Amino acid sequence: MKYMLLIWNRPGFMEELTEEERNAIFGEVDVIMKELTESGELVGGDALAHPSQTRTARPAAGGGTEITDGPFVESKEQFAGYLMVDCETPERAAEIAASWPDVKHGFGVLEVRAVMDQAGTEM
Amino acid sequence: MTSPVVEDLLRTLAPQVLGVLVRRHGQFYACEDAVQEALLAAATQWPAQGVPDHPRSWLVTVATRRLTDEWRSERARRDREVAVAVREPAYAAVAPPADEEPPAADDTLKLLFLCCHPALGSSAQVALTLRAVGGLSTAEIARAYLVPEPTMSQRIRRAKQKIEAAGARFVLPSPADRDERLRAVLHVLYLVFNEGYTASSGAELHRAELTGEAIRLTRELRRLLPDDGEAAGLLALMLLTDAHRAARTGPDGELIPLSEQDRDRWDRATIEEGVALVTEALTWSPPGPYQVQAAIAAVHAEAPSAAETDWPQIVALYRVLARIAPNPMVTLNQAAAVAMVDGPRAGLALLAPLDADERTAGHHRLAAVRAHLLELADDRDDARAAYLAAARATTSLPERRYLEVQAARLATDR
Repeated sequence: MKYMLLIWNRPGFMEELTEEERNAIFGEVDVIMKELTESGELVGGDALAHPSQTRTARPAAGGGTEITDGPFVESKEQFAGYLMVDCETPERAAEIAASWPDVKHGFGVLEVRAVMDQAGTEM
Repeated sequence: MTSPVVEDLLRTLAPQVLGVLVRRHGQFYACEDAVQEALLAAATQWPAQGVPDHPRSWLVTVATRRLTDEWRSERARRDREVAVAVREPAYAAVAPPADEEPPAADDTLKLLFLCCHPALGSSAQVALTLRAVGGLSTAEIARAYLVPEPTMSQRIRRAKQKIEAAGARFVLPSPADRDERLRAVLHVLYLVFNEGYTASSGAELHRAELTGEAIRLTRELRRLLPDDGEAAGLLALMLLTDAHRAARTGPDGELIPLSEQDRDRWDRATIEEGVALVTEALTWSPPGPYQVQAAIAAVHAEAPSAAETDWPQIVALYRVLARIAPNPMVTLNQAAAVAMVDGPRAGLALLAPLDADERTAGHHRLAAVRAHLLELADDRDDARAAYLAAARATTSLPERRYLEVQAARLATDR
């Protein structure tokens, strides 16, 4: 079963950390990615650019569409990246999410979302 | 591109060749890699140069050569590391390929037990079985399971490491373990079948091929274990299910429930084979869960129309199934059948306890069956709410679409 782990954190929190703290976090990410690669659970993942670089396409007030600068949701936490994993149980997906440094050190949250399957059984 | 003839031949020979190598050299991990390489070599050479006179010997020879190459380079690496010159000539451990050595009848069986080892999770068991016994390449398995090839390759490597770490050996399980290990093998084949069967057509054709592969391997298992009623039962269940393939989806890929399928499109020859298999098995074997499920499928298959289904017979079979393999999912299906005999309220009463069972509470199938029974009971509002609850809970796109259509139908056509 595939799950997308959506990483939400406070933009710029890394800037407030010391170099050792930052290195420690990157080290933790490397450890998790290595483990997920070796177990054959990692399907993919990416980090996203700073939210200030975001453009949002939306319906325009007077009909039609418009492109605006900035993210869709104005909130303290922003969508920062994702991991796609394929694992045996939803509990395992949640366990991976809970091990992510953002969660462990209080910088953000991870949402665990099941990915829809193209297959189905007749009801 | 490999021709279908060569591909079929390679898949049949794969476990035989692997069996020969593992028996000679042990080292399942290295032998499995060597056989995979030999299969790839054959897949590229044979279509162009023709199939050799003794294809199995060819594969054994090439795989053995790969194995020795691997040992030499491994040895050389170690030797470089300790800076010691190698003086020994060849590797006496590698016997020259005895080309006509026949495959042992139970090699495939031993491989199946090894790949479905309890140290592995089910997705690892599935991947390893398809590669080592099915002879599929990592790329093919990755495509079928919609993951990148490195992910699948890593999953297979990890599975082989775990098997080695668990000290598993290339032998048949002891009589004490045999039943449980065989259940795991049957379950893995069942999972492979389902993965392929539930795939919709078009974009998912790679997955659909898994159905054929599962049937082929189960046929082989049944041939190797003619005295096992469950191997026959599982094969029958697969055949009776696969017979619906052409009727189970509409032109736009939408799911069509059993009751509304065009039965003229069911594959009669496959049904006949499935019915014969399960009928025969039940005459001598104690009924196991796969045989009973196949028997239920056979009752459906033999009904000329949904309305003419022998529901009392199906209810009786579910009662047997609930006794030998108690499981809330069985209760769910049993409730749907009971509703057809004793009315929807009787079925709904059977569903009630499932809300308290963590295996079914909040499960989309519980909501879907409840919706169907509520609709039969003419309780349209609750039926609609249950269809919507089921649509929210499923992680399958075609199922969600079907359930939303049912809900919408109840909202409008009054």
